[in-house]
Amino acid sequence: MIGSLDSNTPEGDIQGLWEQHKFDMKLVNPNNKRKFTVIVVGTGLAGASAAASMAELGYNVKAFTFHDSPRRAHSIAAQGGINAAKNYQNDGDSVYRLFYDTVKGGDYRSRESNVHRLAEVSVNIIDQATAQGVPFARDYGGLLDNRSFGGAQVSRTFYARGQTGQQLLLGAYSALMRQVDAGTVELHTRSEMLDLVTENDRAVGIITRDVLTGEITSHGAHAVVLATGGYGNVYYLSTNAMMCNATAAWRAHRKGALFANPCYTQIHPTCIPASDEFQSKLTLMSESLRNDGRIWVPKAFDDERPARDIPEGERDYYLERKYPAFGNLVPRDVASRNAKTVVDEGRGVGPLKNGVYLDFSDAIARDGEDTIRAKYGNLFQMYERITGEDPYKVPMRIYPATHYTMGGLWVDYHLMSNLPGLFVIGEANFSDHGANRLGASALMQGLADGYFVLPYTIGNFLADKLAEPVPDTAGVAFVEANQGVQQQIDHWLNVNGTKSVDYYHRELGKLVWNYIGMARNKNGLEKAISEITALEEEFRANVRVLGSADGLNQSLEKVQRVADFFELGRLMARDALTREESCGGHFREESQTEEGEALRDDDNYSHAAAWEWTGEGNEPIRHIEELQFDYVALTQRSYK
Amino acid sequence: MDQVISLTLKVWRQNGPDDAGAFQTYQAEGISQDASFLEMLDIVNERLIEEGTEPITFESDCREGICGTCGLMINGKAHGPELGTATCQLHMRKFNDGDHITIEPWRAVSFPVIKDLAVERTPLDLIIEAGGYISVPTGSAPDANLTPVPKEAADMAFDAAACIGCGACVAACPNSAAQLFTSAKLNHLNLLPQGQAERWQRAENMVETMEMYFGTCTNHGECHEACPKEISLDFIAFMNRDYVKAKIKNRKLAGQR
Repeated sequence: MIGSLDSNTPEGDIQGLWEQHKFDMKLVNPNNKRKFTVIVVGTGLAGASAAASMAELGYNVKAFTFHDSPRRAHSIAAQGGINAAKNYQNDGDSVYRLFYDTVKGGDYRSRESNVHRLAEVSVNIIDQATAQGVPFARDYGGLLDNRSFGGAQVSRTFYARGQTGQQLLLGAYSALMRQVDAGTVELHTRSEMLDLVTENDRAVGIITRDVLTGEITSHGAHAVVLATGGYGNVYYLSTNAMMCNATAAWRAHRKGALFANPCYTQIHPTCIPASDEFQSKLTLMSESLRNDGRIWVPKAFDDERPARDIPEGERDYYLERKYPAFGNLVPRDVASRNAKTVVDEGRGVGPLKNGVYLDFSDAIARDGEDTIRAKYGNLFQMYERITGEDPYKVPMRIYPATHYTMGGLWVDYHLMSNLPGLFVIGEANFSDHGANRLGASALMQGLADGYFVLPYTIGNFLADKLAEPVPDTAGVAFVEANQGVQQQIDHWLNVNGTKSVDYYHRELGKLVWNYIGMARNKNGLEKAISEITALEEEFRANVRVLGSADGLNQSLEKVQRVADFFELGRLMARDALTREESCGGHFREESQTEEGEALRDDDNYSHAAAWEWTGEGNEPIRHIEELQFDYVALTQRSYK
Repeated sequence: MDQVISLTLKVWRQNGPDDAGAFQTYQAEGISQDASFLEMLDIVNERLIEEGTEPITFESDCREGICGTCGLMINGKAHGPELGTATCQLHMRKFNDGDHITIEPWRAVSFPVIKDLAVERTPLDLIIEAGGYISVPTGSAPDANLTPVPKEAADMAFDAAACIGCGACVAACPNSAAQLFTSAKLNHLNLLPQGQAERWQRAENMVETMEMYFGTCTNHGECHEACPKEISLDFIAFMNRDYVKAKIKNRKLAGQR
């Protein structure tokens, strides 16, 4: 039974809290570290950095990825950059300012102590990555360059062309491979975690399936770390990679780990709209485009004319009109919601009327095509490759798409879930971004957790467990979990229905997008719960998974992920329904200001909601962690 | 405006590593030219599932041309006809109605076929494991701006670091050589000041690990043509120079010990 949620944040002034706590935490003697086995699931930024760092310390690390190589994790696709409070630009940045901006940007729904620690260690990440050879952008003096990102008033974003994620991941991956070579990390590629094993409510291991051979294996450890990313693919169409899924986190949830704030999802405003029903994923266009592009739609409904034939007076530059101070640079959630409004009104553009224009003609006239090419050339090229249209000549078409999920498994100050021995890092946890993540902060959090937080906190957990052997995988809990996984696989192969897994995933995605997307209301959320349930029943009875379990079978992998998305989608709706306020990425239509902006309700909802699984078909239980704001003053955001 | 086209696909089907495998022909009717190449295969697969036929196995993940998971031989070309483009970024507007398209997996001894169009590329990771890193344990790094890096060096290292590890270079090479991949990975680190301490050991270890698994480079340049990131052949020359130097330097260093 779970009591009230305690974040286990130490007492004291926030500025010295982490430093002091590092001293207070228990240590494991260097010679004893090898007696501990730690499992890390996922080898993206968070997982690779954690596995490498813990192996360097001397722990026995077993790292698991379902990819063929750790370098393929979706961290690789992050474009923009990584924030750090280095203040190299001498423009007034500081740890405290990054902390403040992150809490405010999260619309006051994150835990102050975690965010401050994140800002503190941000500077170490840049040092670490640079020493690894990450080729951050440099100026002509050879020093690191920065840019302002996502409307920040200081230039604190480090970047590596448009592929910061790839370069940072290659750094963490190389550190991991160094440890693999040293024999301190046992790397299991193409191994998908399908269950968490618990004994007496403590995490003791995992069950994996080798996706090439189908072999199901049990692995025991003194601690299990999940670094398995976010759940954006519940929407089917998102900027996530095709294989991104919530299964590891969800199976842990079903074993007792609380799932916090699932309704906090981030919809990114500048993505390329879907072109047809068979669109498999959406592609993000960097937010930086909004610095020079002007967003508009025709004033008239169902205007069929090409963009260039619509005279200036018949265009509605709606962001500039509604938000004269910030214009096209309003935060992500505001830009996204306004795009939805105009498209819903019937003023969308493009063949499917599902986009808005992002127009560079004024910028090209002002600065010249060469300047625009130098700034955005690679993005324009990517756009042309996907759409076949030349954005130097016709305006881009953009529309919001799911990009990141702030919710995730609940963790305390030590990044440990409510299940002792289960740690959750990176996008998979809920900790640092509140209800909205700032641009260039995802990479920062993943690496902060992996390099500089978990390696300390896990020692504190393990220190008094020296006498404990590695859990025996012949134990009852392992055998039962192993059999459970096997039974599920057999079940899916025997449904023999008529429709593909992708069909149901697409249909689920439509429900989640329509009801739990950019704007939510009570009626819609109630419908979401019932319609998801109905579709899930059909899915379970009528999905068709061909082939066998004893070899590579992509439909079999997918069907289990989609089954978990159904349950997760329903929890998202429930979470959104009970949070009767608007905050960050969660916009409840019933809670808005007179101008139609998001209206928080700090009196009633200044807390994190963490849900407890109570069995299939049962109502989950909502626990809360009260959030306390001792340092950052709560204000209503305004961009007028 | 883009059209709807129909195609005849000749696809390699192989039901496991030990199966002989053979081409199968499929009709892909009514494909929008807006679709990507992999979305075209998704559509074909949905139809196969409806018919009760196991779908074609092929790998992809990010579908943004950065993770390096995808990779098909399309009409004999690694990643297909468009230069500097990974398979996932190739769109059907590059094809015409009535085209016949042959789709095969990467063909290289070190990339065994797992199933249909999916291959295993583990030796690429083994090359990294052999030395594709800078030894800097977490926490031991000096301030990032302590060592200025000349912009030219930083830019060139970046050009090498852009490699996405897809293996197209190996697939395109008549010798199944991995020089372009290895040289990109090696030069990314060897061109930077941070990489100097281990430069010569790294060169020897990575090159010799590469040679254990892959063929020999005979300067065809097919790798560069196939590379979705257009990695320069110059890096192979740099690698060869570093390797020769390394063999001498590492012996000298050994003699000093």
